Order: sequence, then C-alpha cells, then structure tokens
Amino acid sequence: MALPKYTEPHYRIWHYIYLTICGAVFFFLIAPLFVIFPLSFNAEEFLSFSDGMKRLDPDAFSLRWYKDMIYGTKNPWGLAAKNSFIIAIFATIGSVILGTVAALGLSSRHMPYKGLIMAVLISPMIVPLIISGVAIFFFMAKAGLAATHTGIVLAHIILGTPFVVITVTATLSGFDHSVTRAAASLGSDPVNTFMKITLPLILPGVISGGLFAFVTSFDEVVVVLFLAGLENTTIPIQMWTGLREQLSPTILAVATCLIILSTLILVTAELLRRRSERLRGINQ
Amino acid sequence: MSSETKQILTTDGIPLEVSLKKAEKKNKIKAFLLVAPLLFFLIITYVFPIGDMLFRSVDDKMVTQMLPKTFKAMETWDGKELPDEEVFAAFHEDFIKLVEDKREGKLSTQLNYTKNGFKSIIKKLRRASKKFEEGNYKEQIMSVHKRWADVEYWRAIQRRAPEFTGQKYLKGMDMYVNEEGKIVSVGEDRRIHRVLWLRTLEIAFFVTVFCFLMAYPIAHLLATLPMKYSNLLMICVLLPFWTSLLVRTASWMILLQQQGIVNDFFVGIGLVADDNRPEMMYNKTGSYVAMTQILLPFMVLPLYSVMKTISPSLMRAGKSLGGTPFVAFWKVYFPLTIPGIGAGCLLVFILAIGYYITPALVGGASGTLISNQIAFHMKSTLDWSFASAMGLMLLSGVLVIYWLYNKIVGIDNIKLG
Repeated sequence: MALPKYTEPHYRIWHYIYLTICGAVFFFLIAPLFVIFPLSFNAEEFLSFSDGMKRLDPDAFSLRWYKDMIYGTKNPWGLAAKNSFIIAIFATIGSVILGTVAALGLSSRHMPYKGLIMAVLISPMIVPLIISGVAIFFFMAKAGLAATHTGIVLAHIILGTPFVVITVTATLSGFDHSVTRAAASLGSDPVNTFMKITLPLILPGVISGGLFAFVTSFDEVVVVLFLAGLENTTIPIQMWTGLREQLSPTILAVATCLIILSTLILVTAELLRRRSERLRGINQ
Repeated sequence: MSSETKQILTTDGIPLEVSLKKAEKKNKIKAFLLVAPLLFFLIITYVFPIGDMLFRSVDDKMVTQMLPKTFKAMETWDGKELPDEEVFAAFHEDFIKLVEDKREGKLSTQLNYTKNGFKSIIKKLRRASKKFEEGNYKEQIMSVHKRWADVEYWRAIQRRAPEFTGQKYLKGMDMYVNEEGKIVSVGEDRRIHRVLWLRTLEIAFFVTVFCFLMAYPIAHLLATLPMKYSNLLMICVLLPFWTSLLVRTASWMILLQQQGIVNDFFVGIGLVADDNRPEMMYNKTGSYVAMTQILLPFMVLPLYSVMKTISPSLMRAGKSLGGTPFVAFWKVYFPLTIPGIGAGCLLVFILAIGYYITPALVGGASGTLISNQIAFHMKSTLDWSFASAMGLMLLSGVLVIYWLYNKIVGIDNIKLG
C-alpha cells in the first residue's frame, strides 16, 4: 500500500505507525505457534531454549521426543491417535450426510418454519461448549453410551453438523435450480439428479463443511472429557492431561505434528474456497 | 364474467389453484423430510437433554422420597417449636428403612446441603438407632445429640419436603432461603459464585475489547492490500484459526512461564530483574493474553468480510469533499463496518463467556471462569443439579445477549467469512 507522493508528513508518520501496529498484531497471532517447532527438537528435558540451542549447536537438537512419542514406554499417543482418527472420520461422515441433506431441505423455498428450524440446527454452535457437554453427557449416560466410541462419535456429529449446514447452505445460495429441473425434465429421478448434478456442483461446500466437522471432532476436548473412559482416550485428552500434570517436550512433538496437520487442512480448505468462489463467479 | 370462465383448469380437469396448492404442499413435505433426520437427531440428543438439565436443576424428589412418612406427619407442624412424637416416630420409621437400604449416607449429604452439621448427627443416630427401644422416639432421638433437640434442624428437614426447588439457582447467586423463608445472601467471605460471574463477564468483556482493538487495523490492512499480499497475510490469521486449541494454549504456557521466552526477553531488555521475574501465568494475565490471541481470528474474519465490500472510492469521495483522512474514516468508513464489528464482538464475547480449557490451564485460581466451576461440580463434587442450574444460568445469559444483539444490530447483519 504505497502512499501517494503528495501525502503530508504527519499522515505519512501515522501510516507507518499503523503498519507497525499491524505487524505487531500479526506477530502476536502467528509467533506463538513457531515457538513449539524448535523446542520440540530440544535434546534436553527443559521447555526453554538451552544455551546449545541458542548457539545452534547440532548436539543440542535431537529427535528424542519424537521417538518417545512413537516408541515410548506405556505411551498413550498411539491409542489416542488411533481413537482420534476413527472418531473424527466417523463423526465427519455422519455430519456431512445429515448436514448436507438438511441443507438441501433448508435451501428449498418451500421449507416451512425456516428460521426456527435453522436456529435449532445451528444451536450446538451457539450454546457454550461446557453446557453442550453437560447436556450430551446426561443423554449418553441415560442411553448407556458414555465411555463408548459410539457415544463420542454421536456427540461430535452434534457439534459438527452446524458447520456443514452453514457451508452447504451458503454454497446452495448461489446454486442455479434450473439445472436440476433440466435434469428432471430429461427423465432423471431425484436421487440420480442429486448424485450426478447437484452433488458435483456443491462438492466444494460439502468438503469444506466436512473439514470443519473433522477439525471440530479432532480438536474437541470439552465434551469428550465428560464422555471418554480410559479406552476412548483421544489426542486432545492426552494433551489436556499432559498439560495439566507436567509439560513434557513429548507434548511439543505431538503439537508440532498437529500444526503440520492443521497446515495441510488449511491449504485444502483455502484451495476449495477459491475453487468454489470461482465456480460461483464471485471474484472473476 | 361468470365464475366458470375465471377458473383455469389443468389438463387433468382439476382447477389450477387446487393443483398448485397440492404441489406446494408436496414440496413443503419434501423439504421437511430432508431436514427431518437431522432435526429429530438433534432434538433427541441435544434439545431434550438441555430440557433434562432444566428438570435436574429444580428436581428435589430425592429427599421427598427418602422421608415420605416424616413429611406426611410434618404437614400439621407449624414449625415454631419442636415437632410432636408423631413426627419423630415417622422419622424413625423412615430412617430405619433407609439404614436397611444403606441410603442414610445420601440423606446426610442432601440434608447437609440445606444445613451444615447433619452429617455427624446422622452418623450418630445410625449407631444409636440400633439400640432404640420401641415407643417415645422423641426422647430417644433427642438424647443422641443436642442438635436433634434443636428446632432449626427440624425446620431444615421440613424445607426439603417440596419436590421442586429453586435453591440451586439461589446458590449459584450466593443466596439461600433462611430459616424464616426469606431469600438472603451468604456472608461476604463466602460469595464465591458472584465473584466468578463478575470475573467471567469482566474477562469476556476485556478480551472482546482487546480483540477488537487488535483486529480492526489488521482486518483493514487485509481488506485494502492487493490480493497477492493479503492472501499471504491471511495465512497468519487462518493458521491459528485451524490449529488445535490445546496446541495454542501449550505454546502460551511455554512463552509465559517464569523461565519462558517472554520473561527472558523482559530480563534481556532490562525491564525486570532476573531474580524478580513476574508471574504471567496461572493468573488473570495468562487468561487475558492467551484468550485474546486464541479468539482474535474470530474477530478478524467477520470484520474482514465486511471491509472487503466497502468500496475504496467512498473514502476518496469523503476526502475530496474536504474531510481530513481521519474525518473521512470516522464519518464514512467506520459506520459502514458496524455490522462486522457487531458480529465479531458477539462471537468473541459469547465464546469467551463460555471458555473452559484455556482458563483451566493458564488461569490458575484467580483466572478461572464460571465454566470451570460447572466442570468442577460435574466431575468432582458430582452435584449435577447444581452444575445444571449454573449451566442454564450461563445459557440464559448467552441467549439474552443474542436477543439484545438482534434488537440492536439485527442477527441477519451477521457476516461470517
């Protein structure tokens, strides 16, 4: 953002102050994430930079904590990672199916009581998580699903569907309904029309909603703390326990892996968003 | 014109109007059937359980069912002096039954909520009741402990007679019903919940203000920079947004600890002495810093999406009409961003007010919020009805904020990404 040549000096100064403030805020946002990287390669047991690390001495760095994460004795991370992925994948599938179908209905202009129903469908996103946690726990305890994978998957479907509903409804708002009518007039039945016409067109929205649902489930800790037993431990639960009891560098190794995973998800989500904007003709 | 000529028929001979209505109805049902699976799923697994919380929070049947005969006998008691032999006998009968079922412990816990001091005297009564002789229970019970001869304790029992109670809500506000049946506050030094509510509001409010002050300039920069640069900078906002909450909290724990990098930096620039490093974690400061950074993207994104739609020519027009850049900004640009400000502040405030994980990890004792108290009662004291009551109080607070927001700004003005 270059300033025009005729800018008066005090506005020029103000402009640089503004840019400095922005720089500081960006630094505040992103820098904490990068502290974790180098410390996870620390050869020592401390959570601060050793003198060796400051001198960039290669001996001060090691993969010790990554080894501990994978091979460590009575290490919980393997089971936790397996559970986290299983739960997140099933929760995503459930959220995507329920959410997409509901979004199709909600986008129909014939839908009765749209406002009220929408409010119910996105309520899990609005209600503070701790309350959702208590309510879902009461339900699962009554249904005998506490401390089971099924219970946690169902809970995460509840928390994940609002994102799918919102992204898919947004995608459908730019959807040209005449293409489905064209398909119907050419003799296609509704299911076929959905699979061959509607779904490919709204797919970016569905996938980004699914990504939201996946991340929600994968990161979720409040509800799962109420629901999980020893067998259902997940990565967030292990991190929570670890952070409460003692911060060991192994947690930083796990955190680094999680940051890499979230970077991958971010890139996918961004590519999808741009593709969907292109398809809807928003930017170009 | 006669009415027949006005009526248009479809090819089947049905009037068009009827046929259209039928089709409309069919479409309505179709749309509803698509929504139905999710709707019913949520109603059963989510909406009803929240209703269940409401029920649990006022439910007080437990004691009512444990002492049915006592409460029946107490119906005629005026509560002024010690009850008659009839009440004591009924109480004895109920109590023996509870001891047989091994439930007297639950009774003592419950009665202790109402009045302190029941735990020990019920234990004593259980031991003594084995040697009780038939008849004259009043004398025998009163001789177990002097509190059994105190009318206050019998009034406390009587107060547990109704099946429903609002006392958990009162407790959440540090109030209780005293012996005369009046609602009063607990002593100054025991008002823990009010402190928590106020602290929750305070932290949520200031976190929202900090987020707003930090997000406004960068959202503006992102919205005005050329795409090429803004996309790159946007990553700085989106990467934290997609990163696990626990990872971000962990990084703050590393940064803010006493031997941490922030403290090292302060010592390095000579701001604080090495042997006098300030505590930045396990107190309010920790909660403020970590929550602000974690919630910042939720403020930036709605602001950005609103600012993106504001044409730069408006500012130029403002300036060309004689306004200084500051006036043009304040009179033209700022009012246009209000929907974004509203959405961002609402989002951040509501997320902050229900925050749990970060305050629990970096907040210490002075930085914990109401959510932590709810979790504490759910997991440690197992007083689920109290946890439900506080949860619903929090929920109604959130709903009031939504309602106010809808009145002032309008919920439709919310723009998210």
